[in-house]
Amino acid sequence: MCECKLSEGAKAKFAELDAFIDGLGINAKDDRRRGYLIQVLHKAQDIFGYLPREVQKHVADKLVLTEAQVSGVVSFYNYFTTDPKGKYCVNVCLGTACYVKGSEKVLSEIERVLGVKADTVPTADGLFSISALRCVGACGLAPVMVVNGKVYGKVTPAKAVEIINEYKAKG
Amino acid sequence: MSDVTVKINGKQVSVPSGSTILEAAQKLNINIPTLCYCKDLGCGVSNKPASCRICLVEAAGIRPRPVLVPACATPITNDRVEVWTNSQRALNARRTVLELMLSDHPKNCLTCPKNQDCELQKLAAEFGISDIEFKGEVNHFPIDDSSEAIMRDLSKCIMCRRCETVCNKVQTVGTLTGVGRGFSAKVGTASMIPLADTSCTFCGQCVNACPVGAITGISYVKKVWNAINDPTKTVIVSTAPAVRVAVGQEFGFEPGTPITGKLVAGLRALGFDKVFDTDFAADLTIMEEGTELLGRLKSGKNLPILTSCCPGWINFIEHNFPDLLHIPSSCKSPQQMFGAIAKSYYAEKMGIAPKDLIVVSVMPCQAKKYEAARPEFSHDGVRDIDYVVTTRELCKMFREAGVNLANMNDEEYDNPLGESTGAAVIFGVTGGVLEAALRTVKSIVTGKDLVADAINFRAVRGLDGVKEATVEITPDVKVNVAVASGLGNARKVLEMVREDPNRFQAIEIMACPGGCINGGGQPYLHGHRDLLDKRMAGLYLEDANKPRRMSHQNPDIKKLYDEYLGQPGSEKAHHLLHTHYHQK
Repeated sequence: MCECKLSEGAKAKFAELDAFIDGLGINAKDDRRRGYLIQVLHKAQDIFGYLPREVQKHVADKLVLTEAQVSGVVSFYNYFTTDPKGKYCVNVCLGTACYVKGSEKVLSEIERVLGVKADTVPTADGLFSISALRCVGACGLAPVMVVNGKVYGKVTPAKAVEIINEYKAKG
Repeated sequence: MSDVTVKINGKQVSVPSGSTILEAAQKLNINIPTLCYCKDLGCGVSNKPASCRICLVEAAGIRPRPVLVPACATPITNDRVEVWTNSQRALNARRTVLELMLSDHPKNCLTCPKNQDCELQKLAAEFGISDIEFKGEVNHFPIDDSSEAIMRDLSKCIMCRRCETVCNKVQTVGTLTGVGRGFSAKVGTASMIPLADTSCTFCGQCVNACPVGAITGISYVKKVWNAINDPTKTVIVSTAPAVRVAVGQEFGFEPGTPITGKLVAGLRALGFDKVFDTDFAADLTIMEEGTELLGRLKSGKNLPILTSCCPGWINFIEHNFPDLLHIPSSCKSPQQMFGAIAKSYYAEKMGIAPKDLIVVSVMPCQAKKYEAARPEFSHDGVRDIDYVVTTRELCKMFREAGVNLANMNDEEYDNPLGESTGAAVIFGVTGGVLEAALRTVKSIVTGKDLVADAINFRAVRGLDGVKEATVEITPDVKVNVAVASGLGNARKVLEMVREDPNRFQAIEIMACPGGCINGGGQPYLHGHRDLLDKRMAGLYLEDANKPRRMSHQNPDIKKLYDEYLGQPGSEKAHHLLHTHYHQK
């Protein structure tokens, strides 16, 4: 891809990814490069927040795979996303325990105050994206919401809004 | 490897340990239906993901109790295995599998391009499916008709993944991949971008591999009919070499039989004004390419020369080997040479304006449709080749018009673009273009006609994927040549060239394994790869029966140079018959 069009921030991100891939010590003739693909994609998603086509192409070039091979793997795993996420990923559990404890109302309230639907686009300010997920293994705390890995238990719609507002204040 | 004995439906058979149940059953002539399984998709690459489960059989001796296993992927490794291919349990399981598959498959067979050529439809008929119990969700994917050559209707995809295997393992093109997971899984492109935006070469091997109507060719048949019926247009047609040995099987002839005369008669019956032969342009190609080869051998520059007849292969090198774009011959393919000559020399001779002369070519190929649409092959909005129809599509035109080739009397091609030599006929099989070039080059360099067996360059014949030989032109001049068919083999040979540019002086490459006889537009093999041997034999038979077997002996080619082009390699010849390549 044409590096000259990239912003300084994006350049630094690609450099970080390249350093990671180079550190694996594999070359074009090494069959292990396919085995490393998932690990590299995890790293790439950590760095970029998501896996747009440019990043997939870059990974393909670096690992001497076809773009289709990379894209196929990305499309298979739920964890990988090709859409940008907000700075804060708000996940609401809709597993059985959380559901019967009213997590759907929590989710609707979060969708209402943020003005975007779950598993679609981030908020206009880029701060939040919402996802629904199934069981995080904390059923005793149901209903549960998770923000960037931090778990909040026994959430009510009102409490959820307070949590959202805390993150909003942080910016 | 030791043999094991297995009992299938009560009959015993001995097979090498590790053979599959399917292989053992075939030895006993017991039929087990298959769908995703394909023994040889080309170059010996098989497809057996065991994903469709239509070959389920009941087997004892594998687990403590009899179980259902896929016959295509279950090896027999001990003497205790007993198999029932048609027990009630096996038949019920297969019916359920088929009904589940059909529940998420469009039922519009009547209007499907694969109607009567579809393996899923055939199974539904064989199973006598009258009702599909499962009324569940159905996938709807948009149709991709972004390219000039290949259409993908993924709502029909059954995830057999044959196309993916042929694209990645046989052709090493790497355009297709499994996309998504579970119910909505399909075979697509990277990020599901349109095929036209990918590195697809349009070789069409995925079209040949697809058991259903998910991947087919883009059809220009309607436009051809409209042109034929337009009184203001003169419509001429030319036939590629490999068509004549493939078309017969659709009309009850022994596969591989060359039925050139009947093909000509059939095309005339369809209403084409003139019926010409792409072989004429193949002879012309040899005049130009032979001259180019001699020039490069003399100067020692830009070697090895690579043949440039095959548009799938040209797409491949443009996408994958931009550093080698100076070595393919600058000659246009025979199809494009034919178009250029038809719209200049012939149009002038007949006093027809190029826009009123419609040139149709019948090709064994999908990539030819893409090639004909390349912008460099149009002038002032008039294309050199207006429409391409494949051998398969032509067969449908014959049927639609009630033309049965079996009932036609042989007729001759029209002149002046219908005369050809044996050298041109063998363009249709891997090794043929190189052999044709060697015949003319050797004859011109030595100043002697090649007689008797000296005209047959057997070292470059056969269906092997890569052939290498050293050919003596004169006792002092020997050239190292290579022939590759199948793009995976092309990649291997090009990597050899990158490593050692002096290893070969001339290389022929064809995108499809076996060459045009196995092109992406040929009548389906349906797993019978022996048809390729028969088509190959048909071409060499036609060659042997030709009165002239070297391109430079073609009297109408001589006349074309005398009247119009001057010498091979002349400025006018370069303008009309040569092209250039672009990195993609």
